[in-house]
Amino acid sequence: MIKLHIRGGRVIDPASGLDASHDIYIAGDRIVGLGQAPADFTPDRAIDASGLAVLPGLVDLAARLREPGFEYRATLESEMHAALAGGVTSLVLPPDTDPTLDEPGLIEMLKHRARQLNLARLYPLGAMTIGLKGERLTEMGQLTAAGCVAFSQAEVVLQDTNVLLRAMQYAHTFGYSLWLRPQDPWLGRDGVAASGHYAARLGLAGIPAEAETIALHTLFELQRITGARLHLCRLSSAAGLELVRRARAEGLPVTCDVGIHHVHLIDLDIGYFDAHCRLIPPLRSQRDRDAIRAALADGTIDAICSDHTPVDDDSKLLPFSEAEPGATGLELLLSLTLKWAAETGTPLVQALARITQRPAQVLGSGVLASCGRLVLGGTADLALVDLEAMWRVDADSLTSQGKHTPFLGYELPGQVRQTLVGGQVVFARS
Amino acid sequence: MTPLPDAEALYGELRRQVGAAVAQHPADSVHLVGILSGGAWLAERLQTDLGLPGRAGVLNISLYRDDFDRIGLHHQTQPTDIPFDVEGRHLILVDDVLYTGRTIRGALNELFDYGRPASVRLAVLIDRGGRQLPVAASLCAATFEVPDGQQIVLGQDDSRFVLTLEAA
Amino acid sequence: MRNPQLNRHGELTHLLTLDGLPRDIVTHILDTAETFVPLAERDVKKVPLLRGKSVFNLFFENSTRTRTTFEIAAKRLSADVYNLNINASSASKGESLLDTISNLSAMQADLFVVRHSASGAPHLIAQHVAPHVHVVNAGDGWHAHPTQGLLDMYTIRHFKKDFTNLTVAVVGDVMHSRVARSDILALTTLGVPEVRVIGPMTLLPGGLEHLGVRVFHDMAEGLRGADVVIMLRLQNERMRGALLPSPQEYFKHYGLTQAKLALAKPDAIVMHPGPMNRGVEIESAVADGKQAVILKQVTFGIAVRMAVMSIVAGASNE
Repeated sequence: MIKLHIRGGRVIDPASGLDASHDIYIAGDRIVGLGQAPADFTPDRAIDASGLAVLPGLVDLAARLREPGFEYRATLESEMHAALAGGVTSLVLPPDTDPTLDEPGLIEMLKHRARQLNLARLYPLGAMTIGLKGERLTEMGQLTAAGCVAFSQAEVVLQDTNVLLRAMQYAHTFGYSLWLRPQDPWLGRDGVAASGHYAARLGLAGIPAEAETIALHTLFELQRITGARLHLCRLSSAAGLELVRRARAEGLPVTCDVGIHHVHLIDLDIGYFDAHCRLIPPLRSQRDRDAIRAALADGTIDAICSDHTPVDDDSKLLPFSEAEPGATGLELLLSLTLKWAAETGTPLVQALARITQRPAQVLGSGVLASCGRLVLGGTADLALVDLEAMWRVDADSLTSQGKHTPFLGYELPGQVRQTLVGGQVVFARS
Repeated sequence: MTPLPDAEALYGELRRQVGAAVAQHPADSVHLVGILSGGAWLAERLQTDLGLPGRAGVLNISLYRDDFDRIGLHHQTQPTDIPFDVEGRHLILVDDVLYTGRTIRGALNELFDYGRPASVRLAVLIDRGGRQLPVAASLCAATFEVPDGQQIVLGQDDSRFVLTLEAA
Repeated sequence: MRNPQLNRHGELTHLLTLDGLPRDIVTHILDTAETFVPLAERDVKKVPLLRGKSVFNLFFENSTRTRTTFEIAAKRLSADVYNLNINASSASKGESLLDTISNLSAMQADLFVVRHSASGAPHLIAQHVAPHVHVVNAGDGWHAHPTQGLLDMYTIRHFKKDFTNLTVAVVGDVMHSRVARSDILALTTLGVPEVRVIGPMTLLPGGLEHLGVRVFHDMAEGLRGADVVIMLRLQNERMRGALLPSPQEYFKHYGLTQAKLALAKPDAIVMHPGPMNRGVEIESAVADGKQAVILKQVTFGIAVRMAVMSIVAGASNE
């Protein structure tokens, strides 16, 4: 059992509110000392963390790693390295791989691959319906046993409300969570940008906010009669967030997240048809972004995720409406969260909670008890970060195979120096 | 430095020469064509003073210059206007200053896209030398050596012509 | 972000859209077009301005009309013209858009005239061409048709002289019309005080007021006192997708008849980008009537396109 001593870092644990200079003592995969060394502790190695913050390893609720099926875009290995370079130690995989994650065998294969690589922790979402086709339910029990933490339709919109009702009833029976992005199947179905004056000016087919709010009304109505636990993915509109706020006040078992890009960007950032801003859901107006920031501040939004989606050049360097939506995000999640915190004056501990403790809470029993936390006796998943260091986002500095992000060329704050998973150093910046 | 000649005096000399040249042909077979903008002013006044019928032609040579690749499209607001048939006619091309000869080459190219004249003579107020092409003015009021880095410019003050020296 | 159409010296080096184009550049294009108009009357209609230059017409969307006018315009500038009709679906099976551009640039293309079904395609191309290559947008998706907008402005200036005291009505399917967007942007840039848009709610996108226009659903109201009426083409696809029930119903509400035209000023001019659907957006009596200036638009279109190509070809891309 390897013993590590992490010296002189600023330990920040949003779950407990801790933000102080402490040493950390690790034995094997556990934190055995926080501040105080345990008795008779002789470290095999010391890591100097002076000038660095020590954070819980980040928990990202949506990261596409492109395996199986899309290996020409990225692989499990390349993207796990990217995750660690961004301080992300636990990631949730959407089920829209090829084939979709609707077979226990696929889940086992993924978990096995992840264990072999011994990099970050992988938490797959199972498909809610077979092939994501929205017709027949998947074997949620067997998929859960294989390692799925919840069930999702990814970006494939469910058209049959009856299937949605049955899925929610079934999930509630066994206590499974459903992760759904609120999207009406018909409104804005050919749209590529948020409906509004900018899309009108650019001649781009629009997706109205009603596509989100009408779907939310449906989901909440069905939730009222089934009691199913819902996690709403990638909220984008002020009106939608208001509905979530009211649903939570009503006591409905709902959590939600927002993509990190939507915390920063709006439709005007599309500029001269920049396909890097072709995202799902679309970037909405200034008013909507302000509402997202307000909802993060008051806790209506539980978590920020990267929505990491590696896209290759051939699919991105196309006219806006033809370009594949998505952006790389694993390595930007922390930096962009820090940037948002600085811009809005949000306290660091509160901001970091949105990418550590709160997403872990959304995952609930599907993950280790100490996921997203730095706690005595907990797993040693942590990131050593230079919060002040600025780095430039470009093809060379990104580890992911997905080089397309709207933040190319930006200087962002916060650089991960080392990442540990289960007490092992799995990433060290040279 | 020699002083600039008086523009009105030069115009008087040019008018005398052009008048003589025009008289060599039947009235309906000779026309004046002025190159924008200085040549056009001269041609317009000559047309009136010599009592010629109709209007003088006006050439906007911006579409025929040879320096498009270097300086792009030269801006000239007035379009070319040739209100007579060029075919078989005797033309007197009028310009204010003859220098490298490139303007005249462009003007000839443009004129020939309107038809095939019987002859073309060149009338200029001032020949400043410095030719880069084999072009000559058979009707010329004066020669003048312009100092380096400067250019000679024809202007109008009320209805009188004025010559000035400006930086090139 | 610098306007991708202008070079470092503020000169027009690509024409992609009229959005954000300074007024003096728009006026310069119209003035330059004026010098090209008389050429059509000459026997020799050519000028040597673009001699030795290669103009490639890249039409990813079929259009014989527009392609032909660009071809005529380029040839009258003495350029060498090459026409490529790249069917969009075959391009997606084979070469990517940017690969096509690279290959053509390797063949010494100087100017690309591009028509594409996706809004923003010419912008993408302009970002990736070599420094000496220029891009002229011949229509991209619903977004822009800048040369049409310019020739429409030239036509209005020719008949009405002063933009600053006009009421202009644009009628029809604005939602899907790149001509409408370019016209609206040009009209507001040139200082037209009252720009009206007339159509059913299904064919007018939300957010139009941000472009500085007044929206009318009642055609009679919208045409009252107008100096210029621009009729837009109604495409057959609009009957699908529940936007309109039928062309007959559309004609009833939004077709330009002599009776409706009488509500505009007596000397109002009627314009149409073509091709016209007689009996759908316009009745023949009006289309062939003395207030229609549609054929003039076509003539001016060649001069305007000559002006655009001359101006961009003469500017560096730095």
